[in-house]
Amino acid sequence: MERTALRRRLNWQVGTVEGLVAETPRTRSIALDVPGWSGHRAGQHVDVRLTAEDGYQAQRSYSIASAPEDGRLVLTVERLDDGEVSPYLVDELRIGDELELRGPVGGYFVWEAALGGPLLLIAGGSGVVPFRSMLRHHRTDGSTVPVRLLYSARTLPDVVYREELTRFARDGEIDVRFTLTREQPEGWRGYRRRIDQELLAEVAWPPAERPLVYACGPTDFVETAASALVALGHEPGRIRLERFGGTGGSA
Amino acid sequence: MTTRLDGNAIAGELFDVFGQEMTTAMGTCASCGSMRPLGELAVYLQAPGVVARCSSCEALMAVIVEIRGIRCVDLQGIAALEHG
Amino acid sequence: MRFTRGFRGRREAEADSARVPPGQYVTSGFPVLSAGPTPHTPLADWTFAIRGALDQPVSWTWDELHALPSVTVTVDIHCVTKWSKLGSSWTGISLDTLLDRVETAADYVLAFSDGGYTTNLPLEDLTGGKAWVAYEYDGEPLEPEHGGPARLLVPHLYFWKSAKWVRGLELRDDDEPGFWERYGYHNYGDPWREQRYAGD
Repeated sequence: MERTALRRRLNWQVGTVEGLVAETPRTRSIALDVPGWSGHRAGQHVDVRLTAEDGYQAQRSYSIASAPEDGRLVLTVERLDDGEVSPYLVDELRIGDELELRGPVGGYFVWEAALGGPLLLIAGGSGVVPFRSMLRHHRTDGSTVPVRLLYSARTLPDVVYREELTRFARDGEIDVRFTLTREQPEGWRGYRRRIDQELLAEVAWPPAERPLVYACGPTDFVETAASALVALGHEPGRIRLERFGGTGGSA
Repeated sequence: MTTRLDGNAIAGELFDVFGQEMTTAMGTCASCGSMRPLGELAVYLQAPGVVARCSSCEALMAVIVEIRGIRCVDLQGIAALEHG
Repeated sequence: MRFTRGFRGRREAEADSARVPPGQYVTSGFPVLSAGPTPHTPLADWTFAIRGALDQPVSWTWDELHALPSVTVTVDIHCVTKWSKLGSSWTGISLDTLLDRVETAADYVLAFSDGGYTTNLPLEDLTGGKAWVAYEYDGEPLEPEHGGPARLLVPHLYFWKSAKWVRGLELRDDDEPGFWERYGYHNYGDPWREQRYAGD
């Protein structure tokens, strides 16, 4: 039997890239083999650290896309136009490369079936990544908690995990609503604007249902969602937010 | 727009400092008394150090600076800290 | 240290290494660094004050500041987080013009800003054409995220000394460390001697 120390360092580990999947023109999923990976909870993330030959280092956090039950570590990274790390991970990284990472971390932005619901997930762009982990966990667990995903993306080709989300929706597991903010396909009947209070009022459960709400994406997006939901009467204490740097920050 | 993040962005850093998961720990602001999970801190990472402020009143709650491998952690702005 | 194959980061090749202090990388962008939310003081309420160890504190309103003779300078700036930006253009009032109104024997200054930020410098590092209260960048009003309406500009020191959202100077006989200085950053901060941290 192992004795686990109450206080322990969070060590940097090395993961080897064993799979790469182009999800959309801007995003790529990276499957990593991490010896001794201890598993994770849906919603957690890892810190990734890159070191150039001259010792220059850059560090970023990436949400874990795989489910706890998947048994492997998968990250999905979006290439940011002026990014420093993301272009490397999306365009340059190869199978067999090694990445230094630390984690899993983050207990605040975690959903487990035991937490109940109904569950409202609000994703802006690559903010959908931690939700994929939650949705897969929901499925594997056989959870009957009602789930609704509101996913804001620029265009339909930018929707990450589109096939999987469509399958989830078709199987009746989740209710998915998209809003495409920049360009919509012919005959599009979904939303076509940035989220606002009116849109959220239509999509969210009534406050009386006391949904557990998770919103993830760029800071502006997340704060708009949170303010609107509170204005609609939802309890701030049942709203959890995870802001990604993406509004002018370097990534 | 200054990119304001939240406590999730320093989850790894906080774990390293405290030896355990801290984003669910409840921190009480020494300035306004607001008690919220550290995951809700207003975090500013684009600086010579990590700055974490109260999400209610923006008062400084924690500053973490690492210099030559030694970390300086200032928690003066946290009046109380309880496990989540 | 474990290296990441093929990773370079955003750094650009140094075109003119004589202008780049040790350990710095050149960027053509203008990174935004901040220790807090962007303050928004209405210009009608804005003042720049010089107070502390002097006989008669002085202050200027926004309009009064703009009535003073301004200069436009092109300078290189160096951030302690290792990026350098060459040839940036700023317009503002020289600290020599402002300090002309002041009689003091003080040796030190603590600059203070909206939002609570402070940074300290020797008074002589603000004089002799080395420092400005800048309110325009690249010919346009200084944006809030870059320190607007006005910031201190002291390019011969690391850029954390160029306090954003500056509201005044406290003249002092003793040296009082400012925000980052208290956490271990160098008290003076000369990029050419790579004075990033205390003890450097």
